[in-house]
Amino acid sequence: MSMQNLYLLVPLAPLAGAIAAGLFGKQLGRAWSHRITIALVAVSFFASLAIFRDVQAGHMFNGPVYTWLTSGDASFQVGFLIDRLTVTMMLVVTFVSLMVHIYTIGYMQEDPGYQRFFSYISLFTFSMLMLVMANNFMQLFFGWEAVGLVSYLLIGFWYTRETAIYANLKAFLVNRVGDFGFLLGIGLVLMVFGTLDYAAVFANAASHVADIAPIPGMQVNLLTAICILLFIGAMGKSAQFPLHVWLPDSMEGPTPISALIHAATMVTAGIFMVARMSPMFELSDTALSFVMVIGAITALFMGFLGIIQNDIKRVVAYSTLSQLGYMTVALGASAYSVAIFHLMTHAFFKALLFLAAGSVIIAMHHDQDIRNMGGLKKYMPITWITSLIGSLALIGTPFFSGFYAKDSIIEAVEYSHLAGSGFAYFAVLAGVFVTAFYSFRMYFLVFHGEERFGKTEAHSHDAHHSSTSSGPAHDAHDDHASHDEHHGLAPGQKPHESPWVVTLPLVLLAIPSVVIGFIAIEPMLFGGYFRDAIYVSEAHLEAFKEIRDEFHGAAQMALHSFISIPFVFALAGVVTSWFFYMRRPDIPAAIQQRFRGIYTLLDNKYYFDRFNDWFFAGGARGTSRFLWKFGDIKLIDGVMVNGSAKLVGLFSGVLRHVQSGYIYHYAFSMIIGVFVLLSVRDLFE
Amino acid sequence: MFFGLPIISVAIWLPILFGVLVLATGDDKNAPLARILAMVGSLLGFLVTIPLYTGFVRDTSEMQFVEMHSWISRFNIHYHLGVDGISVLFILLTSFFTPIVVLAGWQVIEKRVAQYMASFLIMSGIMIGVFAALDAVLFYVFWEAMLIPMFLIIGVWGGANRVYAAVKFFLYTLLGSLLMLVALIYLYNQTGGSFEILDFHQVVIPMSAQILIFIAFFFAFAVKVPMFPVHTWLPDAHVEAPTGGSVILAAIMLKVGAYGFLRFSMPIAPDASHHLAGVMIALSLIAVVYIGLVALTQTDMKKLVAYSSISHMGFVTLGFFIFNSNGMEGALLQMISHGFVSGALFLCIGVLYDRMHSRNIADYGGVANKMPVFAAFFMLFAMANSGLPGTSGFVGEFMVILGAVKANFWYAFAAASTLVFGAAYTLWMYKRVIFGAVANHHVSELTDLTLREKAIFAVLALTVLGMGLYPLPFSEILHVSVNDLLVHVARSKLPL
Repeated sequence: MSMQNLYLLVPLAPLAGAIAAGLFGKQLGRAWSHRITIALVAVSFFASLAIFRDVQAGHMFNGPVYTWLTSGDASFQVGFLIDRLTVTMMLVVTFVSLMVHIYTIGYMQEDPGYQRFFSYISLFTFSMLMLVMANNFMQLFFGWEAVGLVSYLLIGFWYTRETAIYANLKAFLVNRVGDFGFLLGIGLVLMVFGTLDYAAVFANAASHVADIAPIPGMQVNLLTAICILLFIGAMGKSAQFPLHVWLPDSMEGPTPISALIHAATMVTAGIFMVARMSPMFELSDTALSFVMVIGAITALFMGFLGIIQNDIKRVVAYSTLSQLGYMTVALGASAYSVAIFHLMTHAFFKALLFLAAGSVIIAMHHDQDIRNMGGLKKYMPITWITSLIGSLALIGTPFFSGFYAKDSIIEAVEYSHLAGSGFAYFAVLAGVFVTAFYSFRMYFLVFHGEERFGKTEAHSHDAHHSSTSSGPAHDAHDDHASHDEHHGLAPGQKPHESPWVVTLPLVLLAIPSVVIGFIAIEPMLFGGYFRDAIYVSEAHLEAFKEIRDEFHGAAQMALHSFISIPFVFALAGVVTSWFFYMRRPDIPAAIQQRFRGIYTLLDNKYYFDRFNDWFFAGGARGTSRFLWKFGDIKLIDGVMVNGSAKLVGLFSGVLRHVQSGYIYHYAFSMIIGVFVLLSVRDLFE
Repeated sequence: MFFGLPIISVAIWLPILFGVLVLATGDDKNAPLARILAMVGSLLGFLVTIPLYTGFVRDTSEMQFVEMHSWISRFNIHYHLGVDGISVLFILLTSFFTPIVVLAGWQVIEKRVAQYMASFLIMSGIMIGVFAALDAVLFYVFWEAMLIPMFLIIGVWGGANRVYAAVKFFLYTLLGSLLMLVALIYLYNQTGGSFEILDFHQVVIPMSAQILIFIAFFFAFAVKVPMFPVHTWLPDAHVEAPTGGSVILAAIMLKVGAYGFLRFSMPIAPDASHHLAGVMIALSLIAVVYIGLVALTQTDMKKLVAYSSISHMGFVTLGFFIFNSNGMEGALLQMISHGFVSGALFLCIGVLYDRMHSRNIADYGGVANKMPVFAAFFMLFAMANSGLPGTSGFVGEFMVILGAVKANFWYAFAAASTLVFGAAYTLWMYKRVIFGAVANHHVSELTDLTLREKAIFAVLALTVLGMGLYPLPFSEILHVSVNDLLVHVARSKLPL
C-alpha cells in the first residue's frame, strides 16, 4: 500500500466505522457495532504507527487529495500535511480514541443508545484526524467545526436531561463565538496571501511582518491581527478565559467522551493550531503576549475553582482548564514544542483520570459527589493505583510524564521577555500548588479515609447550597440529582472493581502517563524532533538555549528538581490537602466560614455564567423581541405596509365622493375646471 | 439543442403539459391517477433538464441551448431562451424540487388533489421560463405568471389566515414588478426597439437614468429576495402556505429575485450599481444581523425558518454587491444551498405539522424519543442551516465572508455574526422541539417517518452533504459567466 493510501486510511477507517454503527447499528446489533468501530479505530492507530515510522525515516508529505472548490484566483483543496507535529497528534488521537472505544463497552453497556455512541466517537475520531492532518486553513476549519458538532452531539447524548441539552447548546454557541474570530482570521489570510495553503502562507509570512492590517479605522499590525483572530478560535475550542465557560458544563456528557473530547484531544485543538501556525505567531510579539496572558489567567484562576468542586468529574474538568492554560502559556513563551509535549503527556494522564473517575462513578452507581465516597482503594485496587499514577503525573512528580512537561513550561516562561511574562511566571508557579492541592483533595476524599457511601442521608445534597448559585442549569441539575440518574449505593452495598474492559484502558493509559515524559523529553524538546514543523524565531530561541544548556538528560532533570521551587510547591499542596482532608476536616470548613465572600465568588465561578446568561443570552432575546415587535410588526407592517394600504383607502374614500354618478356634479366640476384653466391662462399672458 | 430537441422549451412546457393533463383528471375521485401523472410529469421534467448540466460548455459565457423564434414581430418581441453559467443551475434546482413537493403532498393533500399537483407542475415550467428567458417581455410574462399558481396554492390549500397572506404576497410582488415594466419599456426605447436582454446590457445610459432604472428593478427584485425592509410578506406567506408551497417559495421563488439583480440591475445599470452598492450592502447586512436576531424569539417554527431564509438571502445580496468573484460565486452557491436546506427544513416542519397540526414550538418537546430517524435528518438540516462545514450551507457563507473581508473587514465582521446567531436560533429551536423529555401526550403518540418521507429526506440529505463535501461541480459551471459579468459590471456605461 502506498503511503498516500495509508494517509487516507487513517481518517477514513473511523469514518467508515461511524457510518456503519450510525446507519446500520440496529441491523448490526451491539456487539458487532463495537467490534467494527474498535477494529477500524485500531486500523487507524496502526496505520498512524506505520506513518510515524515512515516520518521518522524522514518522509514528509504535503499534497492535495482533491480540489474542493475554486473561486477567482483561489483554489481550495482538501489535502494532508504529514510531518512530525501531525504524526504526533495522530498517534495521540488514535491511541486515546482506541482506549476510549474499548472502555465504552463497559461504561455504556446498559445504555439504549449504545450503537449511536460508538458511531459518534468514531465520527469524532475522523473529524479530529481531518483537523490535525489538514494542510490548509479551509480543512482545518472543517475539522474544527466538525469536532464541535460531535462534541455538541455527545454532551447532549442523554437528550432527555435538561442540563445536558442546556450544556450542549451552550458549548456549541460559545465555540461559535470563537469561530467567529477564527473565520475572520482566515478571511484576512486569504486576502493577504491569496491562498489558504499552509506552506505558501508560512513561506510568505515574513514578508508581511511590517504590514498594517486592512481593517478600516484601526492601525494594527497585520500579523498581530491575524494571529489574535485565529487565537480567538483557539480560546473557544481550548476553553481559554473568557470563553472557558462551556467546558465544566460539558461534563453532562457520558464520561468516556469527557476523557476523549473534553480532556485529551478536542480541547487541545487550539494548542495544536497555534503550534501549527508558529511561523506566523513568531512574527508578532503582541499576539504572543496576548496568548501568554490569557493562558496564565486560565491556568491559575480555573485551578482555584477546582478546589471547591465536589462533583468528581467537575474537579477533573477544572484541572483540564488549568492545564490547557499551562499549554497556552507555553505557546505564548514560544515554547511550542513544550506545549505539544505537555499536550501529549496530558492526553494520557488526563484521559486516565477521567476514565478512572468513570470507573468510580460506575462503582458508586452514578453518584458523582466525592463527599459520598471515601476508602475506595480497598474495593477498587486497579482504579485506585491508576488514579494515583494519574494524579502524581498531573501534579508534576519528578520522573512522571507531567513533571517533564510542566517543569519545562515553567522554565520557558521564566526566560521569556515578553510583556506579561512576569505575571505568567507567577501564575504557573502558584498553579503548581493549586493543582497539587485540588488533585490530592479529590484523591484522598475518594480513595482514602472513612467510607461515606451507602448512607441514605448522603443524598440530601445538603451543600447544594442556595439554589441561586449558578442559574437554571444548576437548579435542574439538583432536580435530577434527587431523581433517577444519581442514585448512588444503597445502605450496606459495597462498591466493586469495574470489569476488564474498563480497567484495561486504565492500565494501558497509566503506562505512558509514567514513562512518556522520561522517554520523549530529550528528542521532542532538545533533539530537534519537530524539525521544520515548528518554527521559532532567532530572538525567541535565545531564551530556549539557556534551558537547553541546563538540560543533562531526563534523569538528571528529575533529580535536580527535588530542590526546586515547583517541587516544594507541589509537595506543599499534597501535604496541605492531606492535612486538611485526612487529619483536620474541620479546617476547610472553618476557612469556608471565615472567607465566605471568596467562597461564594468561587462557588459562582466568578459569576461568568450568570453574567453571560443575563447579558448575552437575555440581551439577545430582549433585542430580538424588541426588533420583531417594534421593527417588523409596528414600523414596517404597521406603518409602511398597512399604512400605505390605509393611505390608499383614504384617497379612494375622497375620490369616491367625486365619482358620485350624478350628471350635474360632473357638469359642475367641468365648468369649474374650464374657468380655472381659462383664468390660469389669462394670468400668464 | 440536444439531439435535435429544444431542451429548454421541453423543460418549460413538459411540466405545464402534464399539469394540464393532471387537471383533466377532474375531481378527487381520480386523485390516485392525478398523483401518478404528476409524479411522472415531474420526474420527466427533471430528467429532461439533466442534459443542460451534462452538455453545458464550461469555458464560455455565451448563452447556450439557445432557442429563438419571432413571437410578436410588431414590437420585435421574440420567444428567446438560453442559459449561461448563472442561470443553468437554477433550472436544475427548480426541476429537482418539483418531484419532491409532489411526493411531499402525496397523502397530506386530500382535497382538490388534481388542482394542487397541477399548480406545482405548471409553476415549475413557469419558473424555468423565468430563468431561461432572454427576451424582456417573455421574462415579464413568466415573471408575472409565476404569481398565479403560488397565489392559488396559498389561497386554496393554506392555513386559517390564508387570504390575508395571499393578498399581501400578491400585492407586494405585483407592485414591485409594475415599476420593472416601466424600466423595460424605457430600455426598449433606448435600444431603438429591442426587448433583447443582452441588448439592454450594451446600451449606454446616463447616470440619472441608471439610478432610476436600478431603483425600478430594485423594487421588483428586492421584494422577491426579499430584502429588508420589504420582507414582511414572507413570514406571513410561509406560515399560511401548505408545506409544498413553502418549499417552492423558499427554495426557488426567492432565488428569482436575486437572479434578477444579476441578469438585469447590475449589467444594465453598472454605474448605478456601484453608486448604490453601499446601500445594498447596508440592507444586506441588516438582513443578516437584524433578521438573524428577530428569528431568535419566533414562537412559530415556520416563521423562524422564514426569517432565517431572509437572513441567509442577505448573504446573497451582500455577495453580489461587493463585486468580487469570491463574493459573487459564494452568493450563487448560497442560493443553491439555501434552496436545498430551507426546502428540507420546511419539509421537516411539514412532517411535524402533518402529525400534530401545530407549528408552535411550545407544543413540542422530546420528539427525538418518538421519532429518532426524523430527529437525525432534522439535525443534519439544522446544522446545514447553521452553516456547518461539510454541509452545503457552509460553502456559500464561507465564500461570501472571505469575499467580504476583501471588500471591507467590517462587512465580514457583521456578516460573520451569523455564525453565532444562525446557530443560536436554529439549534435553540431544535433543542426545544426535538430534545428533552416527552412534553405531552400528543408528542408521545408521534410515529416516525414513513418510507415516502424517508426517501425524500434521504435524497435531500445526500445532496446537502454532497454539495458540502464536494462543491466543485456546482462552482466550476459558474466561473466563466461570473467573471464575464464582473468584467462587464466594472466597465462604465455612461455616455462619453
